[in-house]
Amino acid sequence: MADEVNLSKRRLLTATTAGGVIAAAGVGAPFVLSLMPSERSKAAGAPVEVDVSNVKPGTMTNAEWQGKPVWVVHRTKEMLDLLSKHDDKLVDPNSSVGQQPEYCNNPNRSIKPEYLVVLGVCTHLGCSPTFRPEVGPDDLGKDWPGGWFCPCHGSRFDLAARVYKGVPAPTNLIIPPHKYVGEGRILIGDDSKEPA
Amino acid sequence: MMKLLNGLLGWVDARFPLVSSFKAHASEYYAPKNFNFWYFFGSLALVVLVIQITSGIFLTMNYKPDALFAFASVEYIMRDVHWGWLLRYVHSTGASMFFVVIYLHMFRGLIYGSYRKPRELLWIIGMIIYLALMGEAFMGYLLPWGQMSFWGAQVIVNLFSSVPIIGHDLAILIRGDFVVSDTTLNRFFALHVIAIPLILVLIVAAHLIALHEVGSNNPDGIEIKKHKDANGIPLDGIPFHPYYTVKDGLGVIAFLIIFCAIIFYAPDMGGYFLEDNNFIPANPMKTPEHISPVWYFTPYYAILRAVPPLFGSQFPGVVAMGIATMIFFFLPWLDRGKVKSIRYRGPIYKTFLTLFAISFVGLGWLGLMPSTPTYTVISRILSVVYFAFFLLMPWYTRIDKCKPEPDRVTSK
Amino acid sequence: MKVFNKLLILVLLLSAPLMVQANESGVHLDKAPIDLQNTASLQRGAILFASRCLACHSASYMRYNRLLDIGMTEKQIKKDLELPEDIKLGSTMQSVMDSNSAKLAFGVTPPDLSVIARSRSADWLYSYMRSFYVDAKSASGWNNTTFPNVAMPFPLADLQGSQALHLENVNGHELKKLVIETPGTLCADGNPSCAAAYDNTVADLVNYLVFMSDPSKLVRAKLGYIVIGFLLLMFGLVYALKKEVWKELH
Repeated sequence: MADEVNLSKRRLLTATTAGGVIAAAGVGAPFVLSLMPSERSKAAGAPVEVDVSNVKPGTMTNAEWQGKPVWVVHRTKEMLDLLSKHDDKLVDPNSSVGQQPEYCNNPNRSIKPEYLVVLGVCTHLGCSPTFRPEVGPDDLGKDWPGGWFCPCHGSRFDLAARVYKGVPAPTNLIIPPHKYVGEGRILIGDDSKEPA
Repeated sequence: MMKLLNGLLGWVDARFPLVSSFKAHASEYYAPKNFNFWYFFGSLALVVLVIQITSGIFLTMNYKPDALFAFASVEYIMRDVHWGWLLRYVHSTGASMFFVVIYLHMFRGLIYGSYRKPRELLWIIGMIIYLALMGEAFMGYLLPWGQMSFWGAQVIVNLFSSVPIIGHDLAILIRGDFVVSDTTLNRFFALHVIAIPLILVLIVAAHLIALHEVGSNNPDGIEIKKHKDANGIPLDGIPFHPYYTVKDGLGVIAFLIIFCAIIFYAPDMGGYFLEDNNFIPANPMKTPEHISPVWYFTPYYAILRAVPPLFGSQFPGVVAMGIATMIFFFLPWLDRGKVKSIRYRGPIYKTFLTLFAISFVGLGWLGLMPSTPTYTVISRILSVVYFAFFLLMPWYTRIDKCKPEPDRVTSK
Repeated sequence: MKVFNKLLILVLLLSAPLMVQANESGVHLDKAPIDLQNTASLQRGAILFASRCLACHSASYMRYNRLLDIGMTEKQIKKDLELPEDIKLGSTMQSVMDSNSAKLAFGVTPPDLSVIARSRSADWLYSYMRSFYVDAKSASGWNNTTFPNVAMPFPLADLQGSQALHLENVNGHELKKLVIETPGTLCADGNPSCAAAYDNTVADLVNYLVFMSDPSKLVRAKLGYIVIGFLLLMFGLVYALKKEVWKELH
């Protein structure tokens, strides 16, 4: 008799505990989810359009997408020619690590070779590297073909945003999803097929 | 696994009184076995406190205490923050439900004489909690920065300016400005989110410690400690855990059902929990047609309005309102009855208590209404009843015919 | 008797918040037929709101993509609300007119309408939008029986037509009566029930305003059943557990 009572009590206790766990999860979820980016942050993170027709060859322009810098570089013929000459010094010259959308998985890491769109955030600890397009400056050495130098910890990237060997950054810089909308206009953050 | 847990428990227990605290406050804390419905509200108040602190912390992460952004940030919480509406409605409903629970908890004290010796200090600590809670609610109500927030604060702060001589400067000191402004909002925010909650948590702890020192009263109003067994355990006491943990748990679930029904289906409670005018941003240039405080302050507000100004000063009304809240502190010494519980009190006390309850609810209702000559007369009568309950208490409790108290608690 | 006393007091305490507040202004309000489940009505209301109200008023806490909640698709929102190219779906609803020129035009800044259905009731809005009448004495040429001397000109005049105020004396009481003088476009093809058609149009608009004032209402209505159902289940469980635990006492 006493055993039976204990058994039914134990069953109830188990069921109540299970219910309590479900309740805790149900209450906890909204609280945790409230910490995720709000609709306002999402709206601020909406795709941005950049007009690249005014970017002079050899220079770059800055855009802000999801609160982060995005660079759009207009590469000259000379710059593009230099890109293939230092593969042995790069960590991942063929971009085998998925740091770019499929349509940018080429040596230039871009849709149109002359325009590189890249997220200006160092893959080491998140600083924003400096644009150094000049060839062979004194401080970066004679064989510097132009690229980015991260002032925080000295990581180096070439003009296809690929990382050099022997620097802290582990991977190439990220190419964000983007697409061309009309002549000379790039939409950053949206690469869907349908027209915007 | 069990061995590991036991080992861990032993390790902790050697360094912190975990097991002994649990025993002292739960499994070997003996509560009278005859608690009834009215005894749910203490644990419920604790639950609401936890709800308010938790939801409040998460609201603070998105709220902006700035006159320019406060109203918009509340709507931001309501719309743009994921589940923000839930956080906000939990907090706003929690504020009103806190007072529902606290008023019922206090009324329990009145009907069973829980403020009487040896629980005077317990009652006083409880009253301090009540006052702190009123301050907390008042300052929190300014934060949404709607019309009622603004004008409510304006009116209440102006009460202080009726204090003779120092009043004017006192009101300026409280506001930090010549009107309720961004400065006032900022300091009320600081007090609402850190200063008063911190005090509240500390005095709630003190309330519990005092309770566990003297032991709970019960619906019979007699001491269970008078009859103990050979081990010193009260004969009419049962361990708080598991008996009352599971019973209070049931009460908490019942409470949450009501709580959730409000949150999901009537968060503004027809304008009583969230007032319509508070959805208009604060405008110092335009007073709403009819302003009234939130419902839990209205009994005192009605008393304030009921007292006629003396020599052109509102001060007497302010004093009456102050006394109306403070007078509860003196209950342990005003009550001269031979018994504690209403079960053994005579007809006079029962009549007075019923009249008091009616006056409190009636004043609460009148405080919500615009003042008219008829309402003012009713307010005055009810105010007199309110104070008569306390001031005549030493007299009527002594002459009342009490029934004999039982020796042991009755289970009914 | 004791029990009766206690019950009486409890009922009194609990019923205090339920007492109905009197209508302060004393103006008679018609009951608005609000139905937030009627997405077709909400969508019609949203389109009407965008075309008629957003010219002067903003709803600056409301984002366009919130209309996804009432069953519109992104394409529909862009097309039906005639969103300009540069307005993103995530943006809030801003008026075409800036507030300074609006103040110059009307003498007051048109209020933001995001939460208007909470500060003004649905019934008030429903009555208000149906009680404009022509008044030569007012600056805008319009007046309103629900909101006397309102600064806003009647934005739906083409739909309802114009009403005139007739004062009738019934048993010594002065009654205000609004009569359609020039019928609106809703009556264009000799529609005999055009007054009802106009009421429905206003109902759609107010329905939308109510949704916009608290979009969480749609989620709440559905989620509430689940939460309360779960709590009832837990109540049953803990009740049984309590019985079981307390049984050991005797």
